[in-house]
Amino acid sequence: MAKNLVGNHIRKLRFNHNEMTQQQLADKVGVTRQTIVALEKGNYSPSLELAFRISHAFGLPIEEIFFYGEDTSQ
Amino acid sequence: MTYQEKKSITTLISAVLIFAIYCLYKYAQYPEEGMALEESIRYWGSFVLVLTLVSIIAHIVISIIFNIIFRITTGEKEPAFADELDKLIELKAHRNSFFLFILGFLLAMVSLATDQPLNLMFLILIASGFLSDVTGSITKLYHYRKGV
Repeated sequence: MAKNLVGNHIRKLRFNHNEMTQQQLADKVGVTRQTIVALEKGNYSPSLELAFRISHAFGLPIEEIFFYGEDTSQ
Repeated sequence: MTYQEKKSITTLISAVLIFAIYCLYKYAQYPEEGMALEESIRYWGSFVLVLTLVSIIAHIVISIIFNIIFRITTGEKEPAFADELDKLIELKAHRNSFFLFILGFLLAMVSLATDQPLNLMFLILIASGFLSDVTGSITKLYHYRKGV
């Protein structure tokens, strides 16, 4: 399986949002907890719709949550 | 291990067990050599129909038992819906499953075209049906573990 090139900061953002659980985020964006786990592990690139829903859940623009290739935000 | 991974493993094991037990049961009823063509076709027809029925009922029962055990052991409820990741994995599983079944179907037609015994054609069809079922479960398990 080729490694996904789309990475994200979901785990860190959850922690910064009152230590939101995976289940709470999953409920907010309308997916199962398994999908949040897969996203955090980098095993799955979300659809554009899901990416927007996650960005709305955190109140941040998409580019602050997802990155393509190497993470250059550090 | 997540709910979906456990479910895929359970489905895989139950599919193998149901097929093996049913084959052993039906093998004992296999008619003698040199039976009439009509009798042979009736045997294989009932084999497939009963296997389909038994598989559906057994899968439903096993799924209910699995969900009960999952709730008791983890204290979690099983996911109530399939999201985009589930649907994507389901599609990939169906693709691999259909591919294998079509391959088996074509092989069965080759056996007919090359004057092989009729029983062989039915055996290939049934085996490809079973293998496509197993392939679907393995594909799901693979993608739930390794990602999409």
